[in-house]
Formats: sequence, structure tokens, C-alpha cells
Amino acid sequence: MTVLDQPVWHPRTEPAPLLPDAEPYRVLGTPQARTLEPGLLTELYGRLVRGRRYNRQATALTKQGRLAVYPSSTGQEACQIAAALALRPQDWIFPSYRDTLAVVARGVDPVQVLTLLRGDWHSGYDSRACHVAPLSTPLATQLPHAVGLAHAARLQGDDVVALAMVGDGGTSEGDFHEALNFAAVWRAPVVFFVQNNGFAISVPLAKQTAAPSFAHKAVGYGMPGRLVDGNDAAAVHEVLTEAVRQAREGGGPTLVEAVTYRIEAHTNADDAGRYRDDAEVEAWRDRDPIALLEQELRARGLFDESLVSEVEDDAERMAADLRDRMNEDPALDPMDLFAHVYAEPTPQLREQAEMLRAELDAEAGS
Amino acid sequence: MTTALATARATARKPATMAQALNRALRDALADDPSVHLLGEDIGTLGGVFRITDGLAKEFGDSRCTDTPLAEAGILGTAVGMAMYGLRPVVEMQFDAFAYPAFEQLVSHVSRMRNRTRGELPLPLTIRVPYGGGIGGVEHHSDSSEAYYLHTPGLHVVTPATVADAYGLLRAAIASDDPVIFLEPKRLYWSKADWSPDAPDEVPGIGQAVVRRPGRSATLITYGPSVPVCLEAAEAAEADGWDLEVLDLRSLMPFDDETLTASVRRTGRAVVVHESAGFGGAGAEIAARVTERCFHHLEAPVLRVTGFDIPYPPPMLERHHLPSVDRILDAVARLQWDEGGA
Repeated sequence: MTVLDQPVWHPRTEPAPLLPDAEPYRVLGTPQARTLEPGLLTELYGRLVRGRRYNRQATALTKQGRLAVYPSSTGQEACQIAAALALRPQDWIFPSYRDTLAVVARGVDPVQVLTLLRGDWHSGYDSRACHVAPLSTPLATQLPHAVGLAHAARLQGDDVVALAMVGDGGTSEGDFHEALNFAAVWRAPVVFFVQNNGFAISVPLAKQTAAPSFAHKAVGYGMPGRLVDGNDAAAVHEVLTEAVRQAREGGGPTLVEAVTYRIEAHTNADDAGRYRDDAEVEAWRDRDPIALLEQELRARGLFDESLVSEVEDDAERMAADLRDRMNEDPALDPMDLFAHVYAEPTPQLREQAEMLRAELDAEAGS
Repeated sequence: MTTALATARATARKPATMAQALNRALRDALADDPSVHLLGEDIGTLGGVFRITDGLAKEFGDSRCTDTPLAEAGILGTAVGMAMYGLRPVVEMQFDAFAYPAFEQLVSHVSRMRNRTRGELPLPLTIRVPYGGGIGGVEHHSDSSEAYYLHTPGLHVVTPATVADAYGLLRAAIASDDPVIFLEPKRLYWSKADWSPDAPDEVPGIGQAVVRRPGRSATLITYGPSVPVCLEAAEAAEADGWDLEVLDLRSLMPFDDETLTASVRRTGRAVVVHESAGFGGAGAEIAARVTERCFHHLEAPVLRVTGFDIPYPPPMLERHHLPSVDRILDAVARLQWDEGGA
């Protein structure tokens, strides 16, 4: 029996999944951490430092007028990097606008990732080539896309998992519910990854949900839910990798909630002082995802001068390249406005394009 | 040979309903292209509440004709993902007013994905929506929602009025590499015409209007469920000495300005007829386009006969709302015949 012969729904024959653990799963700082491969620890460390540097550079570019806006993921780097590392090349990732680090870590050109936020087009990378959906602005609306894509891949007999990213605020949207329900019924190879960073712009968690955790919601859909410390890169990496493996092997979807914290304001245009105390932010700095990795590396004798300088040089090179290339004015062709609305422009769009062409010619002539 | 073939085809024609033609179009699309997948509520075992997908799940399997959970945004949202992976989904919205939960997916993603990605991620999606009134439906079963879709750049909006067009346009919609809103006039589902499923009439692609009845006095511009009403009105108008042309738009986007303009320039008078509310409706756009292009040929202002600007009425009152032959003829009578001369 091939996958095509199987029914697309998932009859409820298995016992209901268990409730997730009450406490977020942790690895760093526990005895289990000693079993981690040194190579994984140093890779996570290097990528998190690089990610934080990317956030800092992108925020600086907003101040220089090179980006219209930037939603920083500082404090959430462990989630971002682990999401990308949990996937294989054939897998797809469905990011929200704050997930730029995951997209960069996936291998997309850092400049192309910022196209939306620079404002020269709505998406700057080739989604089909890199298997990354465009950054989604309407929250949670990309989750059903992930389910559909994963379902389609399964129908074709392809080995593809989709990782769908959403925040705590996005879980309140109807699309979150519908996506999880479809995924569970179809047993689609999808991992839903909720980064619970404590705030939907200004609205705190307590005003977003009365559930014991977002991971608990999984049980109602008939899928496993996992609660993980989102600042513990090793833990997030392990949990996501396991969820992806399970999806790949036909075990259906998983909902993973990573508890983390948005250290910066919502975007450069936001004023977090209006809705939270600095003391709260400072308390979270004690659980800084990079510092947690550093502690483990130090304890293992892996944190030395050469690692630090290698990682910092790499991050600075990336930042300098980003700065240089973002300081170039993007090439704009206003006629592109009509080029991709339809496969073939309608007669009405052809007329409007001619009008704009004439305006541009007149501008150039005057 | 050609003559013999034509004769064989002609003899094969027999009465068929629009519902049968739509069913055949879906069946042929499924058979011709393995990337075509149908999604919707009750479209599998039941064959759809209007039986448009009757027998398809049995013939092609549940994975090609899938009963989904009851969630329209989820249906359209997952169809987007399937199209991103290269499939060609055809989704059924059970009724016009049940399509509204899917509106965000439609506006925020379906209509924009190709443009957003500079053509890298086209969405070859067909969204079938049974629409319109006149079937005695209770609330939420009789809306005409075309204006919402028309105001969303990136979508094609198509609606058949005949059995042959139902087949031809649905095949064209499914073959299109752009998202198509395929509005099915549900009160015409059971309308009949002589038609051969094995030799379906050639129907031009999406975007071409057709003159259903040539005439010299005035043009009735219409589409979907109002086409038969306009044809009836044109017949009745003969008694009053008016020779009315009836133009079936078939495609509201892309819009066939050329055929429309040629007709109105010839007749010099026009009435736009549709069921949906007039204010901000398709008729407003059509009247504006006709005026812009035919002003010096017009003998009278372009008039509209539409549904009232009210929520769709309860079934026992809907006949007062829907454009009727009398209301169309009243509008024709107001086309300044005395001043301009017929």
C-alpha cells in the first residue's frame, strides 16, 4: 500500500496524547548537557552570536533609514537557530515577520531576507529554491499553508516536513485552530512551533490565553504537545529535531511551545516602557540564551579565545557585509508593479501600465 | 469526414443540466491532470450539497476528492499550501455566504502570492462558489458576493450562464495559472440545454464576453443568473418594438471592454442587470466603463437594475428583490426614447 492509497484522514484509533510536562524541558545546566556533542554546542553558540549581531545591525539600519521597520528577535535566538537546524534541505519553513534569523540560518541571503522590511518588494528570496515561505505579516495565516504543503508532499510520496512558526499572540487567531485541526485530521508532517515571548506587541500572556500552556492545546487536537525552555538552545534543538523526525516517519504533527522572552520592543517603532518594567527585562537577561550556552561551553573547557574570536569575526564580517549591501540603493522599476499580478496582465492592467510608462517618460524628459 | 464527425457529434447531444456539465468538467480535469485535487465540505461521499462532485471520490479516491473539516479558511489556506507545492487545488465553498471565513486567506494570500514573490509562487487555484438567490434559500444561502472578489486585484472572477459555458469556463479556470473565483449561479444548476459531454462546445478562454441575443435598440449587460432573465425580457420587449441585445459578460475579471464597447456603441443605450446590491456593485463599475468609452454614442444615461441595497431578503420576499422582467422593461422604457429617437 503506497501513501496514495491511504485515506487522507487519520482515524482515531490511538490513545489520546498525554498532557505536556508542567515545566519547560531543559538541557543546559542539567547533567544531560554533558552528553551534548561539542560540535553542536559550538555551532549553536556561533550561530546565536551571529544571529544577535544580525538583529543589532538590522535595528541600526532602521535608524539610518535603510529599513522601514525591524522586529528584533533578540532573546529568542535559540528558537530561531534551532528551528533552522532541525530541518533537512527538502523541508519547508513558514516564518512570521519576526523569524528573520531562522530564515538566514536556513541559508537565505541576509539582504534578501530584509526586502520586505526595506520595502523594495514584499518578498526578496526565491521560496521554491530555498524552501522558505515568504515572511508572513498577517499572524497565523501561514500555518494552514504549511499544512497544505506538507499534505501535498505526502500525497506525492515525498519526504518533506513543514515547520510552521507562530507567536503567542498568533495562537489566538482562528487560522491557528484550523491549521492544527487539519494537520491532525490529515496526519500531515507538520511541526507547529510557538515562540511564546510573553507579549503580542504590548498585550501580555495573561490577556492572551487562560490555558495552562500553549502546548496543552495540542491535546485537544489529538497531537502531542511539548513545552520547552526557549532560551535553552540545546533543549529547543532536541525537541524540534524529535518532532520533525516523528513527522517525517508518519507520526503526524506536533505542537511545540518554547517559553522565551522578547528582550527588545516589538519593533524599533514601539515603546516597551509603556507596558513593562525594565526589572522584568533584566530578570530575563539572566536566562540569556547565549550566556546559557557559554556557561556550558566553559564548564566543558570548550570556551576559549580561539572560539570567541572566530565567532565574533564571523559575526562582524556578516554585519559589515549586510551594512555595505544595505547601504546601496535597491534597483527599483515601477513597471514591476504590473508584471506579476497575473500570469498575463489583463487588458485593464496593460492600460494602466501604459499610463504609468507615459508618466515615467514625462518625468525623465522634464 | 468532417461532416460525418459533425453529424455524429450533433446526434450525441442530449439535454444536460449545468450541474451535470460542472460535474463532467471536474471529472475530466481530475482524469487529465494528476495535480488536480478537490477539497471541500461534503464533496466526497455525499457528492456535495448540490451534487456537483457526485461520484468523483468514488472514481478518483479520497485523496483527490477530499471531505475536509468544516472550516473554510482552513480549506482555502491548506489549498494555498498545496498549490505552493505544485498541485492544482479546486476548492468548493458550500454556499456564497459560507465563503466569508476564507476571505482573509483570499485577500491576504491567494490574490497576492504571485505578485509578492515576483511570479515565483503562482497559485493555480480554483475556488468554486455557488452564489445568488432565487432558490428559496433561508438566510446566508442566497448572497451575490462578486463585488467583494472584484475589488481584490490578483483574482480572476468568472461566472457561467449556460450549460456549455459551465463546462468550458470551469475547465479554463482549473487550467489557469492564476486563482479563479468561479461563481456558480445556483438557480441555474438545474437549467437544461442540449449538450454533448463527449464533444463539449468550444468555449473561449477566461475574459471574453458573448452576445447571447443580437439586437439594435439597447444592450442589456448582465452575467450569471440574470442572463436568462434578460433574455426573457428581450423577448417580451419585442412586443413594445424594442430589439434588445443581451450581452453575457461571463468573466468579470478580466473584463471584456472591447465586446461591451462595440455593442453599446452600436445600440447607443445600455442597462446593466445583476442581483447583488447596486451601491458599489459590479454594475457601478460597468456603467462607469461604458460611459467613459461610449459617451458620444449614448442616447441616454446607462441605467442599472439590481438588487436593492438591503441584506438578502427572506425567501418569501425575495421575488421583490431580484431583478424581474418587468423591472428590466421599466428601465428600458426610461432610456429617453422620445428625446433621442429609437
